[in-house]
Amino acid sequence: MNLYRYASPATFHPLAGRLVPWFAALAAALAAAGLYISFFVAPTDFQQGEGYRIIFIHVPAAWMSMFIYIVMAFWSAIGLAWNTRLSFVMARALAPTGAMFTFVALWTGALWGKPMWGAWWVWDARLTSSLILLFLYVGYMALQAAIDDPRRADRAGALLNLVGVINVPIIYFSVKWWNTLHQGASVSLTRAPSMAQTMLWGMLVMALAAWMYTIAVALVRARTLILERERQTEWARAVLKEEA
Amino acid sequence: MLRFLIAVIRRDILLAARRRGDWLTAQFFFIMVTSLFPLGIGPEPAMLRTIGPGVVWVAALLACLLSLGRLYADDHRDGSLEQLLLAPYSNALLALGKAIAHWIINGIPLLLIAPVLGIQFGLPADALAVLVLSLAIGTPVLSLLGGIGAALTLGLRGGGVLITLLILPLYVPVLIFGAGAVDGTLSGTGAEAHLSLLGAVLVMALLVAPWISALALRVSVE
Repeated sequence: MNLYRYASPATFHPLAGRLVPWFAALAAALAAAGLYISFFVAPTDFQQGEGYRIIFIHVPAAWMSMFIYIVMAFWSAIGLAWNTRLSFVMARALAPTGAMFTFVALWTGALWGKPMWGAWWVWDARLTSSLILLFLYVGYMALQAAIDDPRRADRAGALLNLVGVINVPIIYFSVKWWNTLHQGASVSLTRAPSMAQTMLWGMLVMALAAWMYTIAVALVRARTLILERERQTEWARAVLKEEA
Repeated sequence: MLRFLIAVIRRDILLAARRRGDWLTAQFFFIMVTSLFPLGIGPEPAMLRTIGPGVVWVAALLACLLSLGRLYADDHRDGSLEQLLLAPYSNALLALGKAIAHWIINGIPLLLIAPVLGIQFGLPADALAVLVLSLAIGTPVLSLLGGIGAALTLGLRGGGVLITLLILPLYVPVLIFGAGAVDGTLSGTGAEAHLSLLGAVLVMALLVAPWISALALRVSVE
């Protein structure tokens, strides 16, 4: 079987349609299992009490927020190098989910920070760089929204995405040094390394659920984008007629 | 090759010299924004001295963004940008020339105004010197990175606001190291670390930004 066959929108669209329910079901099952572990199985933390349980959402969201940006950059690079339309569609389909996870990570972080540190927000290196990551996502989506011609939007977005990915480590280290040179970290995010086994499991299962959710949502979005762009072709018309 | 680069720079400087009103707007914006901060925050000298470096740097970023909108827009409108892109030289050279011209036109005046604004904030002489030095290393980075944003947003509706969304996050390291150098001098920890890092960012931007700007120009003009 030749996998490159699916680089064509006409063959990818039905394939994605068949895959979406599987990934969605996996996401739901894993999220249910993960939430069960995190609320009923994982023990109460002896220092942080029940409040620590928000990390089961927070940590997977933070991982996804960074990971999705890198995956977008990967698709952007492929698209620019080989001029494959589908790569740009994938990058574009991932952006809103990445922004959503960044926002969730910041929001749950604030909810966790209030009882633990006594502040909703501190100018810690990780918080600040997450905030800037959110700005990068917003800039990417704003650029996509402002350009009407999809070909130009794809390429401009891909270039911005690549510049962003070069900058992410620079931003992270600059913020980190700014923080340490400035005032010295007032709060440390490093938790005790000996985390209970079940806590780790809960986090990993939730992270897998976030992955599956991301894949499912990105595929749905990619299908819509493909139909929108290919609406003048025979097969897209047939699909649209069938669904109408 | 060098002649092409110099021709691009000369042309932009000449155009700016013929239209001084446009050029002065960004400089006065810089002066006004920094002067508004003491009015909003209060005149205590100790407070002003701590916020001074940051305020001057943030105002420099904004003033730079203000003038970036026109970096390619005028040439795009009258069609000369397409001719320049067709020239038998690398488009990266054109982007580099444009960025250098933008820095000469908008960056160097900031260097000259900044010490005066620093005095408004009660900065001592050694901090003023570091402020000018950090701006001298940092503002070329602003012009180079800004060129990417200007090329990407060329001819878009609402391009002026869009460019701020795209470029300001990328300016964060420059702001941190630039303002940090002055802060370091004020607090006695020294400015060398920050200035070296700023220099590293400048070298990176010089190597990468012209090529990406050139690619972005081709995407936008095509």
